[in-house]
Amino acid sequence: MTGQYTVKEIETSETPSPKSGAEILVSALKRENVEVIFGYPGGAVLYLYDALYECGIPHVLTRHEQGAIHAAEGYARVSGKPGVVIATSGPGATNLITGLTDAMIDSLPLVVITGQVGTSVMGTDAFQEAPIFSMTMPITKYNYQVRSVEELPRILKEAFHIASTGRPGPVLIDLPKDITSKASIVDEEVEISLPGYNPTYSPNMMQIHKIVQALKMAKKPVILAGAGVLHARASHLLRQFAERIGVPVVHTLLGLGGMPADHPLFLGMGGMHGTYAANRALYECDLLINIGARFDDRLTGNPDHFARNAKVIHIDIDPAEIGKIIPTEIPVVGDAGETLRILLEEELEKCDAEEWIRSLHSLKKEYPLWYKKDEGTLKPQRLIEMIHEITKGEAIITTDVGQHQMWAAQYYPFQTPNRWVTSGGLGTMGFGFPASIGAQIGKPGELVIAIVGDGGFQMTLQELAVVKEYHLPIKIVIVNNFALGMVRQWQELFYNERYSESLIPTQPDFVKLAESYGIKGILVQTEEEAYEAFSNNFFHNEPVLIDCRVAPFENVYPMIPPGKGIHQMEGVKP
Amino acid sequence: MKQILAILVNDHAGVLNRVTGLFLRRGYNIDSITVGRSERKGLSRMTIVLDVENPMRAEQVVKQLHKQIDILKVIDLTGRAAVERELAMIRVSSSLQNRGELYNIIQPFRATVIDVGRESITIEATGSSDKIEALIELLRPYGIKELARTGITAFTREMEPV
Repeated sequence: MTGQYTVKEIETSETPSPKSGAEILVSALKRENVEVIFGYPGGAVLYLYDALYECGIPHVLTRHEQGAIHAAEGYARVSGKPGVVIATSGPGATNLITGLTDAMIDSLPLVVITGQVGTSVMGTDAFQEAPIFSMTMPITKYNYQVRSVEELPRILKEAFHIASTGRPGPVLIDLPKDITSKASIVDEEVEISLPGYNPTYSPNMMQIHKIVQALKMAKKPVILAGAGVLHARASHLLRQFAERIGVPVVHTLLGLGGMPADHPLFLGMGGMHGTYAANRALYECDLLINIGARFDDRLTGNPDHFARNAKVIHIDIDPAEIGKIIPTEIPVVGDAGETLRILLEEELEKCDAEEWIRSLHSLKKEYPLWYKKDEGTLKPQRLIEMIHEITKGEAIITTDVGQHQMWAAQYYPFQTPNRWVTSGGLGTMGFGFPASIGAQIGKPGELVIAIVGDGGFQMTLQELAVVKEYHLPIKIVIVNNFALGMVRQWQELFYNERYSESLIPTQPDFVKLAESYGIKGILVQTEEEAYEAFSNNFFHNEPVLIDCRVAPFENVYPMIPPGKGIHQMEGVKP
Repeated sequence: MKQILAILVNDHAGVLNRVTGLFLRRGYNIDSITVGRSERKGLSRMTIVLDVENPMRAEQVVKQLHKQIDILKVIDLTGRAAVERELAMIRVSSSLQNRGELYNIIQPFRATVIDVGRESITIEATGSSDKIEALIELLRPYGIKELARTGITAFTREMEPV
């Protein structure tokens, strides 16, 4: 009886009751307004999952941790909010490595919590122990190993702050099991103090004035706009800026959607499989204004030939990107949006570049993207065009890496930002399908289409279960050429047609596979069938898998061959 | 080209790993790295000496270091007036007969003998790396049995707070 009395006394007293590490973590997630968690439980996170039970934050159980983290990336890409992932220790944690690297290189905000074995056995090669803290140092923006319950509120707050500010990126929190069970009374309202982390948002005005001067001198200016513009939610400012100064725009792969594709100043995507007009502009320009792109080698080709006669302006929130690849005359450290806003306050005049624009326009007309249309076979390019026609360009498109990705980038002209979810820097096969899950959860009302290759899809297709379980009306379009298409293309062009391990004749019956998960599957072999399948199924509130058997030996053109300069495109004309 | 960097870091667990990992990834060999407490609680000072071939890469190193959240300050001491010191301990073979000779050699270097045995003496020397190298070369003919060097620790001469 005395025991009961004591309990009552604690309840009515002013002192806050102790909370377990797991409970502290859950309330921190609530404070950050986390809408959804992608994860997979296991021994080291059982206390955490117990605290999540009925906590009110929806949790999506993927069928593999890689699926969880790619879903979180897709969610982050379309929503702009950090994606949250939980995995257990050891294999759970190591299964996240690909997604962490992918998010790091494409600057996607993630907060990833991995379980760790208890502190008393750490370092003893205990069951399901992996040194994930040291393993993920180079592939996270920052990472933590929690040492005490007391530091949990601070770490969580810092993690969300670091992931979503400056140049976004993944933050990992390694959480030993005993810390999730330990109870403590901690002050959950903490102030962030990170003296070593002060992202610069506002550009230096002296550099801004240099830009204004440089624009006055330029005869052949071009804007290269990357994903930095989209992360800053600044595509409207990009458009205003380009229109005000009358300068054409080239997008990187990840920047697509920043400028409306049908805008007269838009030249298309630059780089290895970009348009001829875009690459000529990057080659011949005398002023290059890079806004939020990192001069990836797939964009620049051989850097010796890239914008070789140009004065280079590089605007980037990450100072380490400036001068990393291409020498820069006017370095501007700042957020793309903030910098464009300030630039637009300046007295900007239209550039004296009529002749330049005229020549680029005629290149655009003379050298459009092309493919041979022959009867009877389903051309992958046509497939993407049809998806574009039927969706009126309003779908969210996710892809893996490879031929289907390049065709999607070329033949699905994006009019609006944040509808293009693709694995750019890391080139991750298996990304597109789980990313579509996250994208659909992030934008429940939107039409989400996962355009995947037959190779990549087979790397993460177990997530079909998630599509079914959470009633996600995702449309999966497999661009099926029974091959690892881009590998095959390279072997054809550069390895004497020796198709070493790139043809994959043995495949599941994708229709039956979908059906076995309770999802509608359709096999499509002709253009007519494809058109019918798309228009009949895209607008139903149901998931569908459409296995499209495309012409197997189709290549992606035009192309900058490896090692060549941006002016040495091949396959520019049929 | 030798690049000398003075860095102020949080002394959390794993910071050294973070910093060295950055060099590992880019394929730089670190000539020397020294770490110890600084004048401020919770902050350590590191001195890193690198061999880099071009200035653009050297600049990239500084930027990448700056990007680290645990790094509060990076000062590139290359080509700047700086105070640089290294400590070396050198165990040299020495018979009782040539001991006087050895003492005479080390005296101009202001090195001291910190251990004496029947067959060897151990010398402690502090100074610029050049000075230490010169001393080692003078001692080499006697037979160096063991050698330990700390690597450079340094900061700017102008007394600017690092």
